[in-house]
Amino acid sequence: MADEPQVIDKPAPKEIIAPGYTFGTVTDQIAAVVLTKKTPPLFWMGSFAVGFGLLLLFLLAVGVLFVRGLGIWGLRAPAMWAWDITNFVWWVGIGHAGTLISAILLLLNQQWRNSINRFAEAMTLFAVACAGMFPVLHLGRPWLMYWLFPYPNSMAIEPNFRSPLVWDVFAVSTYATVSLLFWYVGLMPDLATLRDRATDRFAKFSYGIMAMGWRGSAKHWAVYETASLLLAGLATPLVLSVHTVVSFDFTIGIVPGWHSTFFPPYFVAGAIYSGFAMVLALAIPLRSAYGLQGLITDKHLDNAAKVMMATGLIVGYSYIMEAFAGWYSGNVFEQAAIWNRMTGMYKYQYWTLIACNVIAPNALWFKKVRSSPVILFIWSIIVLIGMWLERFVIIVASLSQDNLPSSWGRFEATRWDVATYLGTIGLFLFLFFLFIRLLPMISIFEVRTLLPQAKVKEDEA
Amino acid sequence: MVKPIYGVMAEFETPTALVNAARAAREKGYRKLDAYSPFPIEELSDALHLHKNMLPLIVLIGGIIGGITGYLLQYYITVYQYPLNIGGRPLHSWPAYIIITFELTILFASLSAVFGLLALCGLPMPYHPTFNVPRFALASRNRFFLCIESTDPLFDHNKTCEFLETLEPREVSEVAH
Repeated sequence: MADEPQVIDKPAPKEIIAPGYTFGTVTDQIAAVVLTKKTPPLFWMGSFAVGFGLLLLFLLAVGVLFVRGLGIWGLRAPAMWAWDITNFVWWVGIGHAGTLISAILLLLNQQWRNSINRFAEAMTLFAVACAGMFPVLHLGRPWLMYWLFPYPNSMAIEPNFRSPLVWDVFAVSTYATVSLLFWYVGLMPDLATLRDRATDRFAKFSYGIMAMGWRGSAKHWAVYETASLLLAGLATPLVLSVHTVVSFDFTIGIVPGWHSTFFPPYFVAGAIYSGFAMVLALAIPLRSAYGLQGLITDKHLDNAAKVMMATGLIVGYSYIMEAFAGWYSGNVFEQAAIWNRMTGMYKYQYWTLIACNVIAPNALWFKKVRSSPVILFIWSIIVLIGMWLERFVIIVASLSQDNLPSSWGRFEATRWDVATYLGTIGLFLFLFFLFIRLLPMISIFEVRTLLPQAKVKEDEA
Repeated sequence: MVKPIYGVMAEFETPTALVNAARAAREKGYRKLDAYSPFPIEELSDALHLHKNMLPLIVLIGGIIGGITGYLLQYYITVYQYPLNIGGRPLHSWPAYIIITFELTILFASLSAVFGLLALCGLPMPYHPTFNVPRFALASRNRFFLCIESTDPLFDHNKTCEFLETLEPREVSEVAH
């Protein structure tokens, strides 16, 4: 028995991309989405229309806010932060999955990222744009937002660098800038492809200008590869720092339920959790609308679902630790804050978020669930709702019932809170579907490197 | 003296053929040559000896400048320009400066990475002689090109074309200026 080598029949691993593709067909399929003159699919039209409609709602909500002031939102003492900051944290968190896919998975040499990193990065960029709206609109006088930055001014005042809110300004603006740069650098070779394939003069000219004359020279590729690795190396600590700084907005304050050292990792895990949910929520309909199942395969969905589950379990663990730390602190205010979350005014939101973020992700243990795009899509929406509620409960439950019971109050959202939130979803969809129509949603050159024929055969030399 | 043409270019169908051709050209003694491919090929960088570049140094310098800028900006403002006494904490409260110092390090390093990339590649360059070859548009799709430039000391129109023909390319063409 022992002398016979054991043969374990391993099932062939699922390919990252479907077999049968060539450099040409990959290029044509992805570029056709952008370059074809045909009317885009109904899915695109519908999503873009919804996005555009909600964008108009956003403009209305912001217009009313500018005229009438912050009172149109439900902000009343003691809850002076509510939906706005919830939305800010939610959107920034969603953005994080894009950077994780493009930077961290690049450093880890996870090749499956190559066909989802482009639209995930676009998602990051637009999510951060939506996130940035809220702190600025919440300023009260949003048109003076440049006061947030240190600059020589005749008032002779400067921001207070000991405040986490100022750290946030730097973290989020750096994040937005670096994400944009990374995305653009990734696009350059594909813009050159579009320039070479476009037949329309205007398209050829525009893509040509944006491609900056990229010609695929080996000398350029060598520097380019170094640049991608360096940018990934820089973006990795950056993305972890951004949500850490977002969590500092809370932890540096002494509000019960906020002042805690495990917020940074807890927030980062939550960010990646919700971000992967958004990646799935975008990838699943996109790939079926454009017939890209050969490039964004079930393997991708499976991997993304696994990351979602892993981070979801970290988030679940954090909830348990949060409750434990509150109880173990021996501090009546901390204990009351946790107890109020579970049984107080916002108990329905709390238990819904527990159902969405602690119970629901466990379904992803099952391969059946992970291999069904429809269920995964529904699950990702559940996760997005759960993560929104998590931020809402952390922010509003703690603020409504803090140290001084005589000033407790209940936050009620107004229709303008809802309109502004839906409006940023519109802004996101509008920008995202514009991107789908105008730029390649999958990184063409990176998918080419995945093909078996891209390997240089040494023995033939 | 301006050479009458930029160089001669051979077109290949596979990355393997291009890498072998690049190696052969190096062996033959050609040094002013460049290869064009629709995706990065590591073996090609080896064949053309392209592994060293200045970019890491540029990024390091950018990062250091960013870090120093971030720290000094906060130090100058909180200690000299606009001192705020908050709960009697020291004006030079360095732990609070770390985050912005870090963010500006990353920001400056990333900006130097991108602008360094453009500078080292000589981009933007809307016109390049290689674009004159009609089939070169395929370099961004599925074809692989090797170009031996006329500035190479060994360059001789006929001999170089003959040499490229021995590499079994799909086509050899002249690259006009």
